[in-house]
Amino acid sequence: MGASSDDRPDVIDEPARPLDEGALRALVPRVLAGLVRRGEDFDAAEDALQEALLEALRVWPEHPPRDPRAWLATVATRRLVDARRSEAARHRREEVTHAEPPPAATEEGDDTLFLLFCCCHPDLAPASQVALTLRAVGGLTTREIADAFYVPEATMAQRISRAKRSLRGSRLDQLGDLAVVLRVLYLIYTAGHAGRVDLSGEAIRLARQLNLATEEPEARGLLALMLLNHARLPARLDAEGRIVTLDQQDRGLWDTREIAEGVRVLQSALAVQTDDRPPGRYQAEAAIAALHDDAASAEETDWPQILAWYDDLVALSDDPARQDPAAVLGRAVAVGHVRGADAGLRETEQLREVLGERHRWHAVRGHLHELSGNLPAAATAYAEAARRATNTAERDHLVRQAARLRAG
Amino acid sequence: MPKYLLLKHYRGGPESHRPVPPIDQWAPEEVEAHMAFQNHISEMLEENGEYVDARALAPARTWVRYGGPDAAPVTTDDPHPETSDLVAGWWMVDVESHERALELAAYVSSEPGPGGEPLYEWIDVREVMWERPQTTDPT
Repeated sequence: MGASSDDRPDVIDEPARPLDEGALRALVPRVLAGLVRRGEDFDAAEDALQEALLEALRVWPEHPPRDPRAWLATVATRRLVDARRSEAARHRREEVTHAEPPPAATEEGDDTLFLLFCCCHPDLAPASQVALTLRAVGGLTTREIADAFYVPEATMAQRISRAKRSLRGSRLDQLGDLAVVLRVLYLIYTAGHAGRVDLSGEAIRLARQLNLATEEPEARGLLALMLLNHARLPARLDAEGRIVTLDQQDRGLWDTREIAEGVRVLQSALAVQTDDRPPGRYQAEAAIAALHDDAASAEETDWPQILAWYDDLVALSDDPARQDPAAVLGRAVAVGHVRGADAGLRETEQLREVLGERHRWHAVRGHLHELSGNLPAAATAYAEAARRATNTAERDHLVRQAARLRAG
Repeated sequence: MPKYLLLKHYRGGPESHRPVPPIDQWAPEEVEAHMAFQNHISEMLEENGEYVDARALAPARTWVRYGGPDAAPVTTDDPHPETSDLVAGWWMVDVESHERALELAAYVSSEPGPGGEPLYEWIDVREVMWERPQTTDPT
């Protein structure tokens, strides 16, 4: 025992342990950032590291390395050197050093931020930003990302390759637009859970890392919003997998720890707001989520406060009906609960042109019609919504509402 | 990242913009060009990272219904074999927007037919539904 396996300098055979995939994935952005900062080409380094990751997944369960980060860096570098040798490249690059100090928390955040700006480059389409972020920063394999989005692995691999090719020649060492990064993380969050991959959890993990590197309140706002929303997920589907709306959810199933953390993070963001710098979009949405999460029952929901936050949210846009119709629609629900359902229905009218062909507009009107006691109108609205639903879980839910209301 | 089916039909759909004889009556090189274009579409979609699936359906169809308790299934042929809608196959694509799906469908429709001219075939574009809702449903 004690002989090293393969010819890797830092591997000493240790007793086989179950592989800590989370820890492995967390190393990916660290190693990638190190390679890129050292001067390696982002595209080639990311490919080499993906290959090293796949090898680690194969080899580590039987032969865990003593220094996992150095192992990944060494293997990735070896791949890069081999690739360059086979291209008959001229330039020599330095070999990675093994004596790296343990990472400080801020260094980890800086690596994440740097890579996020690379992956969320505004020249890339959102689908490409998402895929590249999940691979280069999330440390997911191509296969896992493909499964999460129900596309063939080859399609996802190609999407990522093309994304990186189109980044060639861009300067990747400058500060990017944080708003774009936040939007990409939010897209990942909303994609949800698919098969073995929990993208919502992944988005939260990436948002936590992002917050190590920036003081920006909106980055905290986004993390808070995700936590406060994620806390409710256990109550969102019943035992048969049917949707349970917020007003019907068993609040005892909500994750109180996540709510507490979300509130803490949100408060730290709001604490730095001034009259000149009012809270941004994610903070406002997080505040609304916090108010919902704070109510012990649907009846105890503080709708006037929620409406006040929606007023702030809507005020962030010059033309809210066009630029943020989701916020206007959410506000209409709050109006319905504060000023009466008819007032809420009137608020939805301004969205007819923008949202009239989307299921959510009709579903909200169904909810408000029911609130006002007009069951036939509610049933019709839910039926209209069902016809426009784009996922089967919601379509089935809307059909059930329509049938329930028609039955009286 | 929505998914769409781009459906080809043996028959049915809007009135044909350029009626052509069945493919078995085209010149051999026109047949080759048409088939090569179908392969090219799949390759292009793979290259773009938009490809999800491609299938062809055999034209034979059977309509079936439950026969009742203790009865055999009831089958019947097409009551309107000349005009009824009959799907020939599809590409399933994963794209950024509905507009992109339409753009791809129009490109499919430009496939060569007799005389090397575009077929102008009507392509049926349908959105594929997700199975689960997005995480952020607020109500």
